[in-house]
Order: sequence, then C-alpha cells, then structure tokens
Amino acid sequence: MDTYSLLREIADSWVLLFLTAFFVGVVVWVFRPGSTSEHRDSANIPFRHDKKPASDDAETDGAHCKEART
Amino acid sequence: MWDYVKMAVFGVIAVLAAIAANYARDIAYQVHAILVMLIAAGMFVWTVRRTGEAKPAVDGAAYMDGVVRYGVIATAFWGVVGFAVGTFIAFQLAFPQLNFEWAQGYANFGRLRPLHTSAVIFAFGGNALIATSFYVVQRTSAARLWGGNAGWFVFWGYNLFIVLAATGYLLGATQSKEYAEPEWYVDWWLTLVWVVYLLVFLGTIFKRKEKHIYVANWFYLSFIVTIAMLHIVNNLSLPVSIFGAKSVQVFAGVQDAMTQWWYGHNAVGFFLTAGFLGMMYYFVPKQAERPVFSYKLSIIHFWALIFLYIWAGPHHLHYTALPDWASTLGMVFSIMLWMPSWGGMINGLMTLSGAWDKLRTDPIIRMMVVSVGFYGMSTFEGPMMSIKAVNSLSHYTDWTIGHVHSGALGWNGMITFGALYFLVPRLWNRERLYSLSMVSWHFWLATIGIVLYASSMWVTGIMEGLMWREVDAQGFLVNSFADTVSAKFPMYVVRALGGVLYVTGGIIMCVNLWKTATSAPAKAAAPVAAPAE
Repeated sequence: MDTYSLLREIADSWVLLFLTAFFVGVVVWVFRPGSTSEHRDSANIPFRHDKKPASDDAETDGAHCKEART
Repeated sequence: MWDYVKMAVFGVIAVLAAIAANYARDIAYQVHAILVMLIAAGMFVWTVRRTGEAKPAVDGAAYMDGVVRYGVIATAFWGVVGFAVGTFIAFQLAFPQLNFEWAQGYANFGRLRPLHTSAVIFAFGGNALIATSFYVVQRTSAARLWGGNAGWFVFWGYNLFIVLAATGYLLGATQSKEYAEPEWYVDWWLTLVWVVYLLVFLGTIFKRKEKHIYVANWFYLSFIVTIAMLHIVNNLSLPVSIFGAKSVQVFAGVQDAMTQWWYGHNAVGFFLTAGFLGMMYYFVPKQAERPVFSYKLSIIHFWALIFLYIWAGPHHLHYTALPDWASTLGMVFSIMLWMPSWGGMINGLMTLSGAWDKLRTDPIIRMMVVSVGFYGMSTFEGPMMSIKAVNSLSHYTDWTIGHVHSGALGWNGMITFGALYFLVPRLWNRERLYSLSMVSWHFWLATIGIVLYASSMWVTGIMEGLMWREVDAQGFLVNSFADTVSAKFPMYVVRALGGVLYVTGGIIMCVNLWKTATSAPAKAAAPVAAPAE
C-alpha cells in the first residue's frame, strides 16, 4: 500500500474517531456536574492581578480572592 | 561574560553580512545584507559602550510592560502606514495614472499590494497580537514575562522581519505566495523569532500563579503554535544561491496550491481569528468590567474553532485541479464553522448583558461591540461564499476583497483600536484618555469607511461576476474583461473614499494616543496604606 492510501486509511478511521471522541469529551467535561463554580472562578481571572504579579505565597492570595467575592 | 559573547556574535554577523552584500546577486538581497550589516554593527557598538557598566536592576515583582509599550507604538504606526498604502493602491485601481512612470518597478500596484497586505496583517495585526499577548498573559497568569530580554528580542526581531519583507517587496523579492511572499532568508529569520516568542509565552504560562489557564491564553497559544506550523510547511523552499533572494518551492502544481491555501486560510483562521479572539476574551470583559458571558461556551468555542478551521482551506480552490472531494471537504467544514464563530460572537456580545447602557457612554465599548458584530458578519459571509454554487459567482471578483476587508477593517481593526485605547492610559499611567470625543470621531469615520468599502465591493463584485458569465443566445460571452473594468470605476472611487475615512480615523487615534501618553493627567499615586486588592 502506498503512503497516501495508508495515511488516508488511518485518517478516516482511527484518527477521525479519536478527534471526534476528543471533542465530545471536551463538551462533556465542560458541562460536568459541579463545574459551574470553577468556571465562574476562571472567568474572573482578568480582574485579579492588574497591577503586579502575585506574590510567592499565592495560596493565601487566591483564598483571599475567593473569600472576597462570595 | 555575556556582553563579550554578544559582541562576538554581532561582530561576526556584521562581517558576514558585509561579505553577503559584496557577493549579492540581486538588489533586494544586497539592500537587506547592508541593512543587517548596519544593524549588527550598531548593536556591536552599543554593546561595547555598555560593557562593564552596572546594569539597571530589574524589578522582578512588577510586570514587564516596556515591551508592550513599544508594541503599542509599533501597532499604531504600522496601522496608519498600512491603511495609507491600501488607500493609495485603491486610488491606483481607480486611476491607473497613479502608477507613475518614474516609479515603475517599485511603486506600481503589483509591488505595493503585498506591501499593503503584509503591513496591515503582519505589521499592524502582528504587533498588536504580540503586544496584547504579552500584556494579557502576564495579567492572567499573575506572573512576570518569562525570559528576561527575550521579549525584547521578539519585538525587535519581528519588526526587523517586517522591514525586510516590506523593502523586499518593493525591490522585487517575492516567492509569489499570497500572505507568504517573503523570500527564504526572511522566512528563516521569522522562524527563529517565532520560536523565541513561543518560548516566552509558554514560559510565562508555566510559571503562572493562577491555577487555571485563562481562555484568552488558549487562543493566543493556538495562534502561536499553528502559525509556526503553517509558516514552516508553506515556506519549504530551496534557495538558488545563498547570495541571492530567489528560491524554488519544494512542492509543485496542485500540491503547492493546496499547501498555500491550507496556509492562507489558516493564517486567517489562526492569525486574524484565534489570536484576535484572545484579545476579545480579555479586553471586552475588562472594558465592560464584567466577566465573559459564559466561560463554558468560551471553552467549546475554542475547541470547535481549532478542530474545524484547519480543514477549511480547500474552499479557495473550487473548480480547479484540486480533487472534487477535497474542495467539498473544505466547503463542508467552512459551513460547520458557522457554529463556533457565532457562538463566540454571542459570547462576546452577551458579555455586555446588564451593561448595555455602556454602549451609549463608552465609545471604546462601542468599538469593541461593532468589532464583534463584524466578526459575526464576516464569519457568516465567508461560509456562504465557500459554497460551490456561490463561489462560482464570487470567486476572482471584488466580492472576495470586500469580504476580507469587512473582516479585517471591521473585526481585526476595531478590536485592535479598542485594545489600544484600553492599553495606553494604563501603560503610561494616565488617569484617562486625552479625548473621548476623538474616539467617537474615530469610531464613526472607521465605521462609515467600512460600510462604504464593503457595500461598494459587494456591488462591484456581484456585477463583475454576472458580467463574466453573461452569454448571448448563441452562447458567446457578452462582455470583455475591459468592459467589467470600466463598469467598476464608480465603485472603485467609493471604495477608495472609504479607505480615506478609515485612514483619517487611524490618524485621529494616533494623535489621541500620543496626547494621552504625553499630556493627559497622570494617575494619582495610590495611598500607601491601601490594601493590595
């Protein structure tokens, strides 16, 4: 089998299946139960560190942010 | 020690460039070699003068904004240059006398047209993307830009690429691939710059303090990675001589055409769409002061766009030697792209839900909203034009040019203007912009300019397509090509006037930004005792 036919065979069987499954997996992952609060938190990232980078004790920093918003 | 290494490198480059200039086989290569020689020699002297001096201390606890400031200036500058060249060549099409006899071979339409496209896409758009990506990735990662001066190398290296490309076009160095015209050595240089860009961006993400990588960074990252892949594959070529600009493509015939449009359409998809969506997902929420409408939708938007865009290229080659299945595949994927594009548009627009009043009071938000609106419009028009039946009418006509410009002027231009207006007061530490009414002027000039441009190109494109296919009762073509050209004259004038309005808006923006940086009231220093957040 020449390279073209071989690649074609792989592309429209396993690779197609893998890519489709990956995409469906992403959608399922996005809508997984309990993800809403996490996504809300991510959506607020642009509003946190406008002036300067987080200090090294970022853990406490993040906790502070979460507390402040709830 | 590092200074001595730099001195040696710059010295060797200057000498090699001098040798290359001496042996150059064509004028473009010679000019470029001299340019590189002068820059390397200048850098050599600069390094010598600074060797042994104490280096200014770097504040590691601050964001690296110097390079972003330079990027903002370069974006505004190249924007006006690109718009002005575009307006001039629009007049050249309407009035061929503007292809001056004394400038033949340098400033005729064929030489200036790639200068215009590269200036607006790569110089204006590229600098905007690099500057905003450096700004956004630092803020959303809560980390200083990785790699120290590597960020500066990316900025200056990229702008050297622009200068080499632009002067090359005027002097006739081109490999004749649309949006990939620069010759082999310029391509190699861009590859190096781009790899460093990727490292700086990834390095910053790796040392982020936020757990999650914000969606804008996903878009920026996909833009950087994909452009690297596209650039390398589409520019596989063998130089005829290492002392000449000319190179020969590795692919030939329909494979070459397919590679070119795989590159060309994904340059649109990942440079002008994914990268600018990264801007949208940061600057629209920031300017509206509310988080993006749906973060879930933004993730699906990202992955759907990535999975679909890469297949859409063959729609540029309908009814050619390309196999039928390939062009059908391109068409189907283009149509499927409707969904993620409109999902993204809705996400951007709905970010304003509950804050629609800002549209009345904030001309910057207005700019961003119109930009997202044009994104929706041109991503509706594009899939429609990729349908074979529509394409048989629209292809090779001015409709395509109108489509490109509603996307480029409307979506890319407006979102970039919005980002620049957002960035300048913050980067130069000003209370506010110099003048909001100048922003309004810019907004309306640009919007009316785009409307004139797009509508005249729709009319002339469809007219031209219909004239080309018109046959009489015996089956003979009714119109010659020259008939269509003369019929298009009024629309060409309207298009050029639209360009005049757009470039005027750009100049107003530059004045406004300049005055903001120099004479707007400085931001009052925050009281020392204020809490950090």
